[in-house]
Amino acid sequence: MAWKDLLVERRSKETLNALLFFSLALLFVFQFALGPDRERLGAVLPGLLWLGFMLSGVLGLGRAFLVERENDCWEGLLLTPGDKSAIYLGKLAGSLALMLVVEALVLALFVVFFNVDLGPALPGLALVIVLGTIGVAAVGTLFAAMTAQVRARELLFPVLLLPVLVPVLLGTVKVTEALLLREPLADVAHWLKLLVAADVVYLAIGLLTFDVILEG
Amino acid sequence: MVAAVSLIRVAGLARVFGAQRVLDGVDLDVAAGEAVALLGANGAGKTTLLKIVATLLRPSRGSATVAGHDCVREAEAVRSVLGVVAHGAHVYEDLTARENLAFWARLAGRPADRDTLVGALADVDLERHADARVRTFSAGMKRRVALARLALAQPRVLLLDEPFAGLDQRGRKWLEGRLEAFKAGGGALLMVTHSFGRELGIADRIAILADGRVALDTPRAGLAPDDVQRLYLAHTEDVS
Repeated sequence: MAWKDLLVERRSKETLNALLFFSLALLFVFQFALGPDRERLGAVLPGLLWLGFMLSGVLGLGRAFLVERENDCWEGLLLTPGDKSAIYLGKLAGSLALMLVVEALVLALFVVFFNVDLGPALPGLALVIVLGTIGVAAVGTLFAAMTAQVRARELLFPVLLLPVLVPVLLGTVKVTEALLLREPLADVAHWLKLLVAADVVYLAIGLLTFDVILEG
Repeated sequence: MVAAVSLIRVAGLARVFGAQRVLDGVDLDVAAGEAVALLGANGAGKTTLLKIVATLLRPSRGSATVAGHDCVREAEAVRSVLGVVAHGAHVYEDLTARENLAFWARLAGRPADRDTLVGALADVDLERHADARVRTFSAGMKRRVALARLALAQPRVLLLDEPFAGLDQRGRKWLEGRLEAFKAGGGALLMVTHSFGRELGIADRIAILADGRVALDTPRAGLAPDDVQRLYLAHTEDVS
């Protein structure tokens, strides 16, 4: 499933292009609004970074099941015998890979746009980005499947998803803030634990309920 | 004489959508080695019936079984013996024909080596297009990919919705041969069609759906296309 999704995306580039242009537009707006004030920038940068990641993630995940609507492939997935949680994991892996690629590019653009030195914070930042993205993708894949067949899915998907992502958003912003201020990771260990716990809970719920959601 | 085993059995099946009763006590059996053509006007419930047997819809009342498995309680067991070709061909436009077959085969845990896949495409006369993206295919070619996917799955029961739609004369002839071979191998076939012509030739029985029920269930042997049309008009309100 992940292989298929990534191959389709590599050829169509529909989601990747949309996400990159969206992220670029967001960076321009942030840059324009904040100006060159370094002190102000330092205080809001973690929030801005994750706002960019979250919004591009929501945009990308919302499209995750659109490809299954063409030629009734959704029906084909239902009719394929076997454990449906494998479909969930495949979809999740495909979305995760795509989101991480976009986030890496957005991070690089952040460095260029805001002249931030990430140097020593980079390994920790990579960890929190991976943990945060797993959480967003785990619950996002589930809700994308839930709303894929609904007429008002563009509206319903973010309305359902964003409140559930609050623990992930809090954890990632707090850890990112500490990393950018060069604080040791141990000081924000409780936020990291929250992130890991959220990932585990979202993944477990996704695996346990995807079958029911797919069957409608 | 031993009675043929029913591979599809539908009993007292009803399906309601809101206030609209689409199916209202449908009874139908399809035995091993038998093909039944399901006729009916638009909105008669043919596709709804097919979807219930395919485990894609739950009945409001009654039961449907495939190879002895209940379509609601044992949906996974039903799906393991079932092949379905409906309006959508279940193909991804940005994958090649071979990649599409590989995807569905791997998802179902079946072998997906190159020779097997290309062989299946050669069977439907698409060998030369194996590595072309499906986006470039005509509707008939997409349908052939769907039929190649079915051939790989080797189902015991086939549910086909307008299986000849979009196929050229050569494709139709090929499909007729394949369906005859499928029947001869003991498979059961339930086929929705609007045609009274040549494609009814593979049907052993004709069932006409009207007013949510099977209004007529009769052997096809001896019926000319005009006879079928006369029976159809006598049991439905479709006067076009």
